[in-house]
Amino acid sequence: MLSRWFDKRIRYLFVMPALIFVIVMMAFPILYTFRLSFTKWSMSATRPPVWIALGNYVSLLFNDPRFWGAVGRTFAFTLVAVAVETVLGVIIALVLNRETRGQNFIKTLFLLPMIATPVAVGMVWLLMFEPSIGVINYLLGALGLPQGLWLASPSQALASLIMVDVWQWTPMITLIVLAGLASLPREPFEAAIVDGASRLQTVFHITLPLIKPTVVAAVILRTIDAFKTYDIIYTMTQGGPGFATETLNIYSFVLGFQYFQMGKASALLMVFFALVLGLAIILNWLKKPLAV
Amino acid sequence: MKRLLTALMVITILVAMSFSVLAAEQPFKGTTLRIVLSNHPWTDAIRPLLSEFEEATGIRLQVESLFEDQLSQKLLVEFASGTSTIDVFMQRPLQEAKQFQENGWYTDLRPFAEADQDIDLDDFFPSALLAETVEGVLTGIPIVTEQEIIYYRKDLFEQAGISVPTTMEEFEAAAAHFHDPENSFFGFVSRGQRAAAVTQFSSFLYSFGGNFDVDGVATLNTPESIEAFTYYGDMLRNYGPPGVLNMSWPQALAIFAQGNAAMYTDASVFYSNMLDPEQSDVGELVGFAQFPAGRAGSRPYSVVSWGISMAQTSKNKEAAWEFIKWATGKEITLAAQAGQVPSARTSAWENPEGVKSFPAQLVEVIMASSEGSMPYDRPNVIGVGEARDVVGTVIVTAIEGGDVAAAANKANRDYQAILDREK
Repeated sequence: MLSRWFDKRIRYLFVMPALIFVIVMMAFPILYTFRLSFTKWSMSATRPPVWIALGNYVSLLFNDPRFWGAVGRTFAFTLVAVAVETVLGVIIALVLNRETRGQNFIKTLFLLPMIATPVAVGMVWLLMFEPSIGVINYLLGALGLPQGLWLASPSQALASLIMVDVWQWTPMITLIVLAGLASLPREPFEAAIVDGASRLQTVFHITLPLIKPTVVAAVILRTIDAFKTYDIIYTMTQGGPGFATETLNIYSFVLGFQYFQMGKASALLMVFFALVLGLAIILNWLKKPLAV
Repeated sequence: MKRLLTALMVITILVAMSFSVLAAEQPFKGTTLRIVLSNHPWTDAIRPLLSEFEEATGIRLQVESLFEDQLSQKLLVEFASGTSTIDVFMQRPLQEAKQFQENGWYTDLRPFAEADQDIDLDDFFPSALLAETVEGVLTGIPIVTEQEIIYYRKDLFEQAGISVPTTMEEFEAAAAHFHDPENSFFGFVSRGQRAAAVTQFSSFLYSFGGNFDVDGVATLNTPESIEAFTYYGDMLRNYGPPGVLNMSWPQALAIFAQGNAAMYTDASVFYSNMLDPEQSDVGELVGFAQFPAGRAGSRPYSVVSWGISMAQTSKNKEAAWEFIKWATGKEITLAAQAGQVPSARTSAWENPEGVKSFPAQLVEVIMASSEGSMPYDRPNVIGVGEARDVVGTVIVTAIEGGDVAAAANKANRDYQAILDREK
């Protein structure tokens, strides 16, 4: 009796754990944040959230220069970091793909940064960037090159953070592109050699078009990830100097856990959520004509 | 037979009663308290003494200690959930007391203290208790106090024949004299990071005759305040190390401790880091001096940096009070102060045992600093995090050499908005 009941519904039962997980861990927090974003609440146990309708959104979008600054920096960080990572990642993959001795060793070496914990990476780079005792300025000085202030300069801090992101995540693009390269057919290349194409021509006219779908997939993954970078920025600058590296994620953390404005922080996260969603949709849409 | 039974029963009851009398000396035997502390010299000082408390009371202590930022976040998340099992926690009254009280996260300790004279509240600095009192509620018992002082290099000042600065003019002249950036040696170092700098800037603000606000009116753009911002910014830009904008105390202290700066202004608690040969190359060479006098005299802050509190959600409040009373009692306070933790108890400061571990010069400076000192080192509002960022932007502008007056005007408007919101 009971077993028949189970048998009939077995396809639903098997997805239940995943479904429950998604509802409890993802759908509920998003809906709860959505509701909080219309209230004013300081996490108080005695004073419940006060409904203020669109108040938080109005103050964010129209009265908060810090918010728009953070939006600009988030996009700048993502665009520049992902662009540099893609170009470098593809080049490194093309170089590594040739069969040379010790290739596996070199591959492993390149992948190391990706494995390191972002917080630890941030702490180490923080020390290396230190203007008076850090190793980077020491080396630059020893070579007679001009030294930088790096994280301590409002104009160089964001670029310095991008450098760290590039260092850490270029290997991911390389890894994905390498996988794509490994699956390419041999025939087009043989045909190119027969036709007398130069090595550069082969790369531009055969290899790159063939791996385009792989590269696009890598770029999408990386873009969404870079968009929500938090750990390295928080460990290295906490959004400073001034507000020079404050991205949306950092600002939402500050609003929530330092200013106790949970409502406004929730509103910001909803805007952020919409931005990430929009970005994903646009990238997906771009992917279609590219991926042939 | 019946008699025998009765007699047995009587004896049993008597024995049981005498046991319960014994047990009454340890009324909380078997209780477990969850205690969350900060990684602070105070915690290090009392940790070895905790087993004494456990033996004397039969209470079991479950102690966690975290770095201060993580501690704040843990408290927030646990208390906001409403199901926290924390009984006792360390907190920073100036940073958190108002907001935590507003959120109903504290148990008022005043009724406990009034019912239990052992704590002897009169022994605490009155200003320290005031710092822990929000709307009449005693939110915690102060355990650590600090003042802003000047750390300077005794050896260099002696060599140069310069006396230790007592005014802002002499302070700047001394910084200019020692500043030698070609050789990576700087006249002055202090914090430059937006929010972190605000507390150490506050003494400059007060000494120039400024303040964050007066009677609910923001005063960040008064001529006195602007002068203070400009002075602090100029000092760090002209005589400070490069990269000061990204410096909180660990970075600034490191520059001084590695022998790369002549003067450093920060909280008095860091003297033990300076003297520790593992953290500092300048140990014996460090001198301590009172904060320099500006137009309004020498007005450093003198604050309670840490207190210990009882959570509203604690299910063992009586036992928790027992622990708080023990940990802040005269005996333990004296022991902690002997471990180089400046306390808020008069008795510990008057006891020679209590000041033995402090350099004599430092004790003099701490005592002198109490005169004319200010009881807070940051904007005294609920939204203190936000207010610190507002004030911090002006400091950053000043260090960068930007338009201080314009930045101060904008900050004043933003700060007034925070003040108005809380009225």
